[in-house]
Amino acid sequence: MTQVAAPTSRTYRDYAQPLWRRILVSRESAVFVALILVIIVASVSVKHFATPITLTYLLLDIAPILLIALPMTLVIITGEIDLSVASVAALASVTLGTLHQSGMPLELAALVALVVGALAGAINGFLITVVGLPSLAVTIGTLALFRGLAVGLLGTTAVTDFTEFWKVLAKSKIGASAIPSVVIVIAVLAVIFAIVLHFTRFGRGIFAIGLSAEAAHFSGIQVERTKFILFVLSGLVSALAGIFYTLRFSSARGDNQTGLELAVIAAVLLGGVSIFGGRGALAGVLAGVLLIGTLGSALRLASVTSDVINIVTGSLLIASVVSTSVLAWIHKKRSAPNHNK
Amino acid sequence: MTTITAPTATNRLLSGLGGFAKARETGILLALVIVVVAATVKNPNFVFSNDGFRDLLLSPSILLLVAVGQAIVIITRNVDLSVGSTLGLSAYLTGRLFIDFPGIPIIAVFLIGILFGGVLGLVNGALVAFARVPALVITLGTLYIYRGINVAWAGSDRINASDMPKSFLALGTAQVLFIPVLTLIAVAVLLVAGWYLRNQRAGRELYAIGSDPGAAHLYGLKVTQRVLVAFVVCGALAGLAGVLYSARYGTVNSQAGSGFELEAVGAAVIGGVAIFGGSGTVWGAALGAYLLFTINRALPILGVQDFWQRAVVGALIIGAIVLDRLLALRQSRKLVEARDH
Repeated sequence: MTQVAAPTSRTYRDYAQPLWRRILVSRESAVFVALILVIIVASVSVKHFATPITLTYLLLDIAPILLIALPMTLVIITGEIDLSVASVAALASVTLGTLHQSGMPLELAALVALVVGALAGAINGFLITVVGLPSLAVTIGTLALFRGLAVGLLGTTAVTDFTEFWKVLAKSKIGASAIPSVVIVIAVLAVIFAIVLHFTRFGRGIFAIGLSAEAAHFSGIQVERTKFILFVLSGLVSALAGIFYTLRFSSARGDNQTGLELAVIAAVLLGGVSIFGGRGALAGVLAGVLLIGTLGSALRLASVTSDVINIVTGSLLIASVVSTSVLAWIHKKRSAPNHNK
Repeated sequence: MTTITAPTATNRLLSGLGGFAKARETGILLALVIVVVAATVKNPNFVFSNDGFRDLLLSPSILLLVAVGQAIVIITRNVDLSVGSTLGLSAYLTGRLFIDFPGIPIIAVFLIGILFGGVLGLVNGALVAFARVPALVITLGTLYIYRGINVAWAGSDRINASDMPKSFLALGTAQVLFIPVLTLIAVAVLLVAGWYLRNQRAGRELYAIGSDPGAAHLYGLKVTQRVLVAFVVCGALAGLAGVLYSARYGTVNSQAGSGFELEAVGAAVIGGVAIFGGSGTVWGAALGAYLLFTINRALPILGVQDFWQRAVVGALIIGAIVLDRLLALRQSRKLVEARDH
């Protein structure tokens, strides 16, 4: 029985630490500190970084990643993954473009595009929860499938003719500030997702599924239904990101946002979400996306070419996961003698 | 323990014949044959012309090498997303070697390319095996890093056919008795890998590790070492593929091979390699690679616009995993029946 008692007591001791310590000494705050450091260093040393226009473009650029990262966080916390998000965004973009081109009002076309996104997510969800296939394999397949449908529908042509009002709105800023209006949408969605994940029974269920789907099932959590809902949400929000991207650049193309899924996943993992599931916080993820975005924007302004940004992104991702496992290893080594007593 | 009985000679012969008919790979082979026959009926030049026959064998060879490496890694319940970037770096290195060291022997370039790929694979393997971080995350990071190094190195520079010796470029299209040299190299690698995984102790241990890493470790298998070697082999094959890539296409820019990782994983999955390890063969992955490429070439002939090819690839991947799932369910039902009687 002592063997069982030892880890339990250790867990309690961890949680018995004061709240301020738990908040300060966490993975999420490490990302926040890194973000603040990057902002300070860049403001001092990079010319034109601390200007409103930089902020505007930075936020416009990372808006799709911020949006898709919200449902992706929830999906990864359940221990699943969705690689098809960028393809869903492209499919929504092409749907919007073709329907609008054939005379449908933009608002209605956007609505249809959102439905298409949700349907695409439902297909993923069906294959994963009902048929019982691994999400990694399914979404590699639908990554190709949805992208193929998007490219097949439009070929190499692009739809560039959109209603002026929406085009302007996509690029507009809040009042006289430098912050783009799309940030309002992101903020509202982020708050909703954060509340759902951290303060509802549904959200606790997401963590429980990630820790052990079987245990979650026996505690009365509807595992399959939860996952299905999350994949539909993932498709829906990806479609929203695709629509925003289309309007911002007023271009609906089949190859829009190719490769975005990897940027989203990198940001989510950098933000402290465990790829094994069961661990993570939405605040950390938002900081992770901002960190990658800010670093990229600062490096670009310092006329470092985009390739170095890729190297930095990759290194950050690896450093963040390796550091977690090294810390865990040290923790284990340290507490090992206690077990022997 | 009753399940592990040595097969008698007659049993072995029968199960050999029945095994071929029932093997997962046979289905892929059948699909491949159907595609080739259908395309040939529509346009006899698809096979019965010099170029057609050569292309049929030649084009998939490079993907085949990468897919074989990928299959070996996936069998150990890992994945290598960096193969596309490794291929690109090795292809660019090949060009640089010919430019910077005029008169360098071709065999040396091959060896350097393979060795270089192996080192990149070693980095992946070391991070995965020692830091105990999921391969998906690590190789997503190195995908960015290797590609970033490639872009930083090459910039907007491009290796052209005129930069490489004619004898090297001739390798890309050379034939021995109607069979392209590239195909011979790929098939030789495939034969060795297939034999090793099936008949050698270390090869079988890869399957054991993929089926249950924890059990394999408790059983005393050298999990860390085997996983490391799998990644090195995968990297080395991607490196070899890079050298062949530059011989085949003659031009290499900094984006060579991008997106190859998903095609390689797709080929392995189509060929029946389970994404969570422990089952599948390199034969299947090779057939998957051939099917992927051949479908791409056959679609325009069959009257499908080639814009749709990615959609077909996606449908194929999903079809393959659904099929695998159904087969596994039937198998487990049979085993349960056998146990209950």
